[in-house]
Amino acid sequence: MPSPVGVLVCVKRVPDITEEVVLSDDGQSVDGRRSGFTLSAHEECAVELAVQTTVAGGGEATVLTLGDADAVEQLRNALAVGCTAATHVLGEQFMFGPADVSREIAAVVRDHEAQGRAHDLVLLGNDAADSGDFQVGIRLAYELGRPVVNGASTVTVEDSPDGPVVVAVGEGPEGQETYRVPLPAVVTIREGGVEPRYPSVPGRLKAKKVPIEERRPVSEATGSGRVRLVLPPPTPSAVQILGEGPEAAPAVVDVLEKLGVLTR
Amino acid sequence: MILTLVETDLEGAATEVSLEAVTFARDLSAAGNGVPVDAVVIGDVPDSLRAELSAYGVRTVHRVVGDDVAAYSGAGWASAIQTVLGAAGSIVVMAAGTDRGNELMAHVAARSGASMAANVLSFSGLSPFVVTRQVVGGAAMEEMNLHQRPAVFTVAGHAVEAKPADVSGAAEVVEHTPTIAPADLVARVVSTAQPEADESGALTSAKVVVGAGRGVGGADKFDDVLELTEVLGGTLGVSRVVTSAGWRPHHEQVGQTGSRISPDLYVPCGISGAIQHWAGCSSAKTILAINSDEEAPMVTRATYAVIGDLHEIVPAITAEIRRRGYAG
Repeated sequence: MPSPVGVLVCVKRVPDITEEVVLSDDGQSVDGRRSGFTLSAHEECAVELAVQTTVAGGGEATVLTLGDADAVEQLRNALAVGCTAATHVLGEQFMFGPADVSREIAAVVRDHEAQGRAHDLVLLGNDAADSGDFQVGIRLAYELGRPVVNGASTVTVEDSPDGPVVVAVGEGPEGQETYRVPLPAVVTIREGGVEPRYPSVPGRLKAKKVPIEERRPVSEATGSGRVRLVLPPPTPSAVQILGEGPEAAPAVVDVLEKLGVLTR
Repeated sequence: MILTLVETDLEGAATEVSLEAVTFARDLSAAGNGVPVDAVVIGDVPDSLRAELSAYGVRTVHRVVGDDVAAYSGAGWASAIQTVLGAAGSIVVMAAGTDRGNELMAHVAARSGASMAANVLSFSGLSPFVVTRQVVGGAAMEEMNLHQRPAVFTVAGHAVEAKPADVSGAAEVVEHTPTIAPADLVARVVSTAQPEADESGALTSAKVVVGAGRGVGGADKFDDVLELTEVLGGTLGVSRVVTSAGWRPHHEQVGQTGSRISPDLYVPCGISGAIQHWAGCSSAKTILAINSDEEAPMVTRATYAVIGDLHEIVPAITAEIRRRGYAG
């Protein structure tokens, strides 16, 4: 069994958009009031991996978010599936650019370390479903002076003669790539390697009792350079309906012939 | 100088999206009084690649070699790109918006203390330098000010069409063998397993993709769509609902958190077309949707559609293809 490690998993409350994006009046953020909110798929997997790592080796799995007061919902959800502690940096998500967010996460890691709570492994999503910046984890690694693996779909912690290492596996352009990196380290997670568990009723009840550490940001947000968000112009539907039911098959195959995709 | 990272395939040719990025760089150069466009390649530059990049108007190909870059490491390769940046006095560094491209540009930006814009579609001004990029899986766009130098960004796949330059040049190859700090090599790939023949690589390059979504109805109900996939000589792609339910493996997933496809023909069966999925299939040239709901976003955005029960329609199409003597 590997040695216990402290894992920090960073999550972001994002609008749960399936069909239509609605922007705030000032064009600075996506309005999620109608769609509701969720976690990015990558981050759901990161939470699952944080829980699996601490179940396997012991240690604390802390979930961290930077967000408004409502983001506590995402922290409670992570606690309900097995995270053991939670930290909430209170701030409006959209005001913080990727460099701001990485600075805030680094401050939490350092403060916790000073209190004797080491976060040997920090997990994040590969990219957020809303802002799609693809860089917070990497910037965090430079803030902390740690190595970073990007886009892994599984992580496991193993002991080695030189101390614990994280083995991270992900898809690269030429196949499945494996990294072995000494802790402490940062790994960003891509969906696909694990199935996030659903919270149980006892899990939810237990989560309600966990005290959540609340903090203020350590520095003023400088933003992302965002001028504004815009929606693509609506494209009128130009669909040609070939028919209804199996009777449409000859019309479909006519189209396939025209497109030249059929071979004998 | 504008420096573009060019990624190559296993045969040593530039990837399509890298050529798109070079084309974008050339447009940027044209707007900026003809600032030279250079390319950086980590690894071999065969003559065929030099010729290809010459045709795309690249002035200099910076070839990075050495043991330190033989295996991939985000920090190590970014350090190498920075060496080239410094040597060439670059004001812009960019890549295609691939996993590697986004990762390496994020490293370069963090190391340079600059901002980074992922998945840029266009630029609207040079001073200030404002770019428009994809957010929310391409369902919205962000106008972003990239005022620091170097300006660091990636170009979204298929934002521009890859086009050779009007006048082909003769790119010079300059070799760099940078020394990489040991700390930048700690997180490096130690082994790469060849993908299974049927795994995800096939999806992103497939000319025909048959899609399957919630409408299929269960893990044991894929025979119809698999048979159509076979007669079309295509590849199966599925929605996130399908992989989340455990009906099919994740490497078949098309979408924001799966593969991005750009086939000549996409045939989504029983897929409503949520943003998560649309983000992965919007580059298909022709979409032929099969769905029971004629109001579904996938239907209204498709080129062609058939309305009804996919389990009746799909076998009828397969039978008709066979009847006409095509077997795939």
